Amino acid sequence: MGYPHPPHPRETRVLSTHFGDAAARSLAGWRERGGYVALERALRTDPVQIQNVVKESGLRGRGGAGFPTGVKWSFMKPDGKQHYLCCNADESEPGTFKDREIMRWTPHALVEGVAIGAHAIYADTAYIYVRGEYTEPIARLEAAVREAYDAGILGANAMGSGRPMHVHVHRGAGAYICGEETALMNSLEGRRGNPRIKPPFPAVSGLFAKPTTINNVETLAAVPHILNHGADWYKQFGRPDNPKSTGTKLFSVCGNVARPGNYEVAMGFPFGEFLWELCGGAGPGREIKAVIPGGSSVPILTGEECRTAFMDYEGIVAAGSMLGSGGVIVFDDRQDMVRQIARLARFYAHESCAQCSQCREGTAWTTKILERIRDGDGTPEDFDTLLSIADNMTGKTICVLSDSCATPVVSGLQKFRHEFEAKLRPSANRVAMPGSFPGASGMAAPKAAFPSAV
Amino acid sequence: MADVKQVNLTIEGRPVTVPEGMSILEAAKTAGILIPHYCYHPGLPVAGVCRMCLVEVEKFPKLAPACATAVGEGQVVHVHSPKALEARKGVLEFLLINHPLDCPICDQAGECELQDYTFQEGRADSRYREPKRFNPMEDFGGDVLYVTNRCILCTRCVRFMDKLAETPVLNVSERGDRAVIGIHPDQDLGLHAWSGNVIDLCPVGALVSKDFLNKARAWELDRAASVCPNCTQGCNSILETREETVVRMRPRGNEEVNQYYLCDYGRLNYRWLERRDRAEIPYVRVATAGGATELAPADWDAALRETAALLNGARTRVLASPMLSNETLGLLARLVAKTEGAGVYTVTIGPEAPLAGAPDLALRAERAANVIGAELLGFERRDTARVLDGLAAGDVLIVADEALAAAPPTLPSGVRLILLTTAVPGWAAAADVVLPITNMAEEEGTFTNLRGRVQRYTQAKAGPGLARPAWYVLGDLLAAMGEGEGYYAAADAFAVLAERHASFAGLTYDALGLRGRPVADAERFAAEPALAGAA
Repeated sequence: MGYPHPPHPRETRVLSTHFGDAAARSLAGWRERGGYVALERALRTDPVQIQNVVKESGLRGRGGAGFPTGVKWSFMKPDGKQHYLCCNADESEPGTFKDREIMRWTPHALVEGVAIGAHAIYADTAYIYVRGEYTEPIARLEAAVREAYDAGILGANAMGSGRPMHVHVHRGAGAYICGEETALMNSLEGRRGNPRIKPPFPAVSGLFAKPTTINNVETLAAVPHILNHGADWYKQFGRPDNPKSTGTKLFSVCGNVARPGNYEVAMGFPFGEFLWELCGGAGPGREIKAVIPGGSSVPILTGEECRTAFMDYEGIVAAGSMLGSGGVIVFDDRQDMVRQIARLARFYAHESCAQCSQCREGTAWTTKILERIRDGDGTPEDFDTLLSIADNMTGKTICVLSDSCATPVVSGLQKFRHEFEAKLRPSANRVAMPGSFPGASGMAAPKAAFPSAV
Repeated sequence: MADVKQVNLTIEGRPVTVPEGMSILEAAKTAGILIPHYCYHPGLPVAGVCRMCLVEVEKFPKLAPACATAVGEGQVVHVHSPKALEARKGVLEFLLINHPLDCPICDQAGECELQDYTFQEGRADSRYREPKRFNPMEDFGGDVLYVTNRCILCTRCVRFMDKLAETPVLNVSERGDRAVIGIHPDQDLGLHAWSGNVIDLCPVGALVSKDFLNKARAWELDRAASVCPNCTQGCNSILETREETVVRMRPRGNEEVNQYYLCDYGRLNYRWLERRDRAEIPYVRVATAGGATELAPADWDAALRETAALLNGARTRVLASPMLSNETLGLLARLVAKTEGAGVYTVTIGPEAPLAGAPDLALRAERAANVIGAELLGFERRDTARVLDGLAAGDVLIVADEALAAAPPTLPSGVRLILLTTAVPGWAAAADVVLPITNMAEEEGTFTNLRGRVQRYTQAKAGPGLARPAWYVLGDLLAAMGEGEGYYAAADAFAVLAERHASFAGLTYDALGLRGRPVADAERFAAEPALAGAA
């Protein structure tokens, strides 16, 4: 029923088959489980063929954006330049912890996927950028890379192919924004982890200004399976009426559910059954009030909206949110949504890289208003202000951190407005705020003063 | 240039044709449209962070930052569409929520881009009801004070220190709305000779000059296009005066000379233009009762008559300051030729300080504006100790604004002394005539910089007392000696110079404009080619 629970019979276990199996961590154990067969073959295959198989399989980026992986790889041409593959293992999206388990239990799966990916984009060097807090996964991954080098899987003559293949594990220093692909590259280069303006896109000028492809851990870990079993095998997982989302997907479930954990299901799995059957619902006597289905950056769904949704890229969009990274955060009916959304906003305000004006100021302003409402000092005008700020923060900045802060606020205000309204300052104590008050430096509204000014 | 592909687009309904690769922001400038911006600066790498230059480009899914978006064939750009205006209004509101709005005590007020754009397209009110963030001021060293609360984090200062000064002592510290400009713990801006430029680059009042702090309001200043006289680089500058007093010197953009910059030595070295011991009236030596002589005030006519009489038949030695204009030096050269004399000059030397990220831009060792002008006009460079060598009885020494403070001349007997001077040095008592002249802030003229570029400076304020521009005085003096009729405008004096000297041939004030032109033989002064491997 999702690691660390025993697997649920309705799960489709591909990546998570060996979760909890400590023997799969070693090179020998991994080889026994079919490891490095795909890589050995891949190193003797033309990169274009690998790109085509992955294209054909329908594999899409598992980090959140859902861009077709084979298409992304096909942007890299054999132009004689140094190419790099980056594996995004920063996994900083709140509510997401699937990559952690892949790295903890099957580090060789990732190393194999990374090496195949690098070969497929004409690169001989790959960097795995791991979230700094992931001490155990980093130790496992480093051990696996060492083993792979010792066994000649990586190195100057990878698996006897005559080609070099190098994989470096880099430890992040604890910034959410370093999960953004260009910020990650800056961080790898030793710079401040600020997202870069695009264009140029990484495929043209990425890491060290060289053509670079960046893929998520789960994406790369799926590649050996696709090469081993074929594109058709991978395509079978998914809703028959939606060929755009294929394969299996890991979902990290946390919050108010009976059985939190990592679940691997086929794309298009019914979300309602997932939440109530696999995860066991909210627990005795409780109702699921709200769900964030794809990491904290996506719109919030109500429990009701989840009942009929399907868990693939298109299905969640149809329900009004996004599949994102697959971090499912569940809130039951005890939760104060104002408090929860204020907490999310505070996270984004803390993590904003401070480049773009909208994000630097907007995330902090949003947080201050939400926390004031949470503390019972809000006014109805605050709702308009929040929505207007959110609008100014959406689609206008270098990266989407700003949008990500606005998203839960907008959807929260839309779907749980009654909770916000219930927290407003009682109208008898409300002070009319003059619309034009430009010099109000440091002037918070007096709490219960001047009741006659209503 | 012909092989650069041209791109046609429409900006605010106006057709624009610009070279491929240009940003929309620069393309709009060519059509006379200013797209509001903060972080963009033509002399710095593009950051694209302030998001103020968002414009609507048809067929683009989102608003585009004009500074970081290249022009494309057939693009239709709307700068003032409702969508773009709304976005920029949002940015302005964000930038102002934590801004202290202390314009009444801010030096930047009146020349502040935050004020300008807010006035132009910002909200009339603020919706911000929370306490404002507060950070203390910080002394960044050198001439720079950082008023943290006013900062909009455009990072122009950071990029200048990184890419132009190549001394990365500034950064953005912290994240989110706690972010501020941070400075190296052990180094400050005082260590770099060009760091004062961050004050000019700062679009708001966050980086202010300690020298100019609380000295004047921007709208009280008069501004004159000028050239920094403090070394041979000839950086284009703006002299700013308040009530006839120079209070600030700032760079004026000129890609050929100083880009957008001015070194700290240059920008802070303007107070000598305001010295109080100025020569204000002509003096001539007259006999007093008892057979002695003394310097007595005279009118200009008498003083020039006396000077002409002194020069009549005498050999002259002209000791000219290399701070004098081409016009003045040209006329002094004529005087030298006419009297079969010699012209010499000395120059003060100081440490050179290049701006690493800009080609051929440095505070030059020779600390005078017109050394090359003096060379071209036939003056001979000499050590201070040797300027009087070869002077003999019967000669006339003309000291043209050369203070010689360190070494007051001991004149050989029988040598007459004429001072053409802005100030009266202590040893002036030995002079036979004192002719008061204006300094470079008080007159119009030209300097020739170390690459042979002739550049005009304009008058910023009135001269003291009866002082006249040196070219005017010398024109009258030559007329009194029977040569020419004097000049009424610096342009006329320059026109004659251009006729008489091959180097200046073909140049006129109109042709020079405010950015200057090279002399005919400027290749003599070209920068040494970069060392192999540097490119």
